[in-house]
Amino acid sequence: MTAAPPSSPHVHGPSAVSKVMHQVSLALMPALVAYTWLFGWGVVLNVLIAAVVALGSEALVLKLRSRPVISTLDDGSALVTALLLAIALPPLAPWWLTTVGVAFAIILAKQLYGGLGYNPFNPAMIGYVVLLISFPLEMTSWLAPGELREGSLSFAGAASYVFSGALPGTTGLDSLTMATPLDTMKTQLGLELTLGEITASSVFGKFGGTGWEVVNGLILLGGLYMLFRRIITWHVPVAMLGTLFAAAGLFHLINPDHYAGPLFHLFSGGAMLGAFFIATDPVSGATSNKGRLWFGAGVGILTYIIRTWGGYPDGIAFSVLLMNMAAPTIDYYTQPRVFGHTRG
Amino acid sequence: MSRKLWHFPGGLHLPDNKAMSTGQASSQAAVPERLIIPLQQHIGAPAKPLVGVGDKVLKGQKLAKPEGYVSAPVHASSSGTVVAIEEHAVPHPSGLSARCIIIETDGEDRWVELTPHPDYRQLDPSELRNIIRDAGIVGLGGAGFPAFIKLNPGSRMAVDTLILNGAECEPYITCDDILMRERADEVIYGARIMRHALQAKQCLIGIEDNKPEALAAIRDALERLGEKSIEAVQVPTRYPTGGEKQLIKILTGKEVPSQGLPIDIGIVCHNVATAASIHRAVEMGEPLISRLVTITGHGAAQPQNLEVRIGTSIASLLEQAGGARPVPYKLVMGGPMMGFELQNAQLPVIKTTNCLLLTTGEDAPERGPVHPCIRCGECAKVCPALLLPQQLYWYARSKDFDKAQDHNLFDCIECGCCAYVCPSNLPLVQYYRFAKTEIWAQEREKKAADKARERHEFRLFRQEREKEERAARHKAKAKAVKKDGDEDTKKAAIQAAMERAKAKREAAASEPQNTENLTDAQQKQIAEAEERRKAMKGQNAAKEEANEE
Repeated sequence: MTAAPPSSPHVHGPSAVSKVMHQVSLALMPALVAYTWLFGWGVVLNVLIAAVVALGSEALVLKLRSRPVISTLDDGSALVTALLLAIALPPLAPWWLTTVGVAFAIILAKQLYGGLGYNPFNPAMIGYVVLLISFPLEMTSWLAPGELREGSLSFAGAASYVFSGALPGTTGLDSLTMATPLDTMKTQLGLELTLGEITASSVFGKFGGTGWEVVNGLILLGGLYMLFRRIITWHVPVAMLGTLFAAAGLFHLINPDHYAGPLFHLFSGGAMLGAFFIATDPVSGATSNKGRLWFGAGVGILTYIIRTWGGYPDGIAFSVLLMNMAAPTIDYYTQPRVFGHTRG
Repeated sequence: MSRKLWHFPGGLHLPDNKAMSTGQASSQAAVPERLIIPLQQHIGAPAKPLVGVGDKVLKGQKLAKPEGYVSAPVHASSSGTVVAIEEHAVPHPSGLSARCIIIETDGEDRWVELTPHPDYRQLDPSELRNIIRDAGIVGLGGAGFPAFIKLNPGSRMAVDTLILNGAECEPYITCDDILMRERADEVIYGARIMRHALQAKQCLIGIEDNKPEALAAIRDALERLGEKSIEAVQVPTRYPTGGEKQLIKILTGKEVPSQGLPIDIGIVCHNVATAASIHRAVEMGEPLISRLVTITGHGAAQPQNLEVRIGTSIASLLEQAGGARPVPYKLVMGGPMMGFELQNAQLPVIKTTNCLLLTTGEDAPERGPVHPCIRCGECAKVCPALLLPQQLYWYARSKDFDKAQDHNLFDCIECGCCAYVCPSNLPLVQYYRFAKTEIWAQEREKKAADKARERHEFRLFRQEREKEERAARHKAKAKAVKKDGDEDTKKAAIQAAMERAKAKREAAASEPQNTENLTDAQQKQIAEAEERRKAMKGQNAAKEEANEE
């Protein structure tokens, strides 16, 4: 009979942060498998390096901050950041690129703000943007999907490149990499080619990029799984994809030769990943359902603007970070009507 | 018979665990050797004792009377002798003690003379309220608000609907369920009286659909009694349907305004057990001296319902109910969602003790570690008040109470849904209680400071005014003295005053004395006293003279 007894309620439901994070990780798996299948073993190496660095740097900072290490690592959030960043990186990235990105994400973007729950920006996207700005060459050397590649790359070959920068035998990096569909689209539109001419290339598949559309499709599947398990709500993905679709559709209708169609936008680059896994990050996003609609719509619009008129082929990371900044304001203006208060 | 129902936002489906304690009919708990009856078992001021230590009291005798309007009397729940009126530990979240009247029972259980009112229709609403107040009836659903107050709509608004709350949405608790099953008639009789007191147009009894037996019993009784103007309504099981505001929303579609009362929208809501006790008070003259208590949880050996006298010690009650299983358990008064943990069982059952829950690891598995809030919004999804608990948590934690109030902290009903679903295991309700308490304390302090400042300002003002008045008086006097300063008027005034005094003395002397028609002995005593007085007067005069010099 010492301390005051804990307050009600005396029962607790089954939910737990770690369960949420594990569900998110699980939902990413099909896409990761497909990504590896299509783009080679480098993906697996990226994931492994990212996971080790994420857990290591999180543990290090927790130790420095005298916080419980094991129970915090157990929440699974560092692993989710690692997975999200790894899947966003080029499939064949040197080890230090992944390391720098993940360490920056965990140490500066997450732990320095106070750790899980306190970071105003999505850590994975901060890591991604830091790499994109600092190492543009490495960040744009994308492996071509398997069926489009001239040379092939074994696991040992991929590992050799990742850790030493050397490719086995006579394989040149150029024979393995190619511009991403979004990049191709952007450059060639810049060259005044029409959409028809551009998409005739084998880089483009049925509606997205070859290979990419499969990965994006599986990410969509993972997202639907999370919706089904009620890990996320529909508001952000629907608002974001809906806005992106509407904006792309509108411009495509106005000038189908110059603006890519809405399905291309949805199934290329990081659209699906952004909609279901990045913009739905509750910590750095808006918190009410109404707020989430605004947040998602903002990400969608900004993504379209950056892709179409900006300097980068894809704009998910920038859009998410910009909307992260707007989240507190959105929250302020989208408080729901409280029970018993008059509407309006 | 299907009535249109509405929904309230949020809420939860919880495992109800009610079947545990409904397996057997309720039984009567024994008269304990000792009754510990707290003077405050209700919201409002504690009652004021009417009996002293050593007094013999009868069952149903009023032990203490209400103090002020929001208060309720307490009664002896059996006959015996008052052995102490002292501080005793009581069931309260604070774990503090309070004044209690302690009675050693004599085992005779003899009633005081009761005055039943068989025909409540003969009584006007205010008479009814007085009877209900005198019987010490408070809300038995858990809050313990004096029932007569809620039966006084005043002139503010005509009462459209009387709602009887038989939802009993908290898991485990079954005392209202059992009451409705076993004493449906009493509930309906009570409802009739309340309707009469309120002049309510309609009366609805809301019962969750996990209590089909209770619903059937009530409907059966309504039919048997030919009661057409009271309707039993089945409502979906969803916590916290039994919250007053939530039940009103479900049954009428109306929302009680924030910071307002149901009466503001023409609705009054009472618990079904309160209705039954009102029937007993009016038609049988019995004050509130016992209630149904659910004893349940995986820690209880034989979960059941007992009719228990107010003041019975919880320890002895648990013993009667088969005791606890040999597993570690927590003792909670009330339900698992809103009840509070009791530090020990040496506490009396009070009017608001609806349930004693012995929770074990089976009922409430050990909570995982507390993580930081990830703003997942699960809490907002289940909040029946449509609040943003994650934001409130943030503001309460950072002691930003203004912001917390901006986000409508005071619309929180502390139902616990948010904390139940929180994946970070945050004790959210505790944060809200903390913030509310802090804000109340700040308001009290501010009020006190305002009062002190007002007083100080008034004092300065008064001093200033007195100074001015004094100055004005001096001025006037000086003027007056200057004007009629001649000696004659002064002398005449003195003369007049002396004459007035003399006349007064003479008048006093000529008044009849009470010293006539006395015996000699008395005369002698008086004479002696007079002598003494004279002597003393002489002494005093001498002293005064000495002092003056």
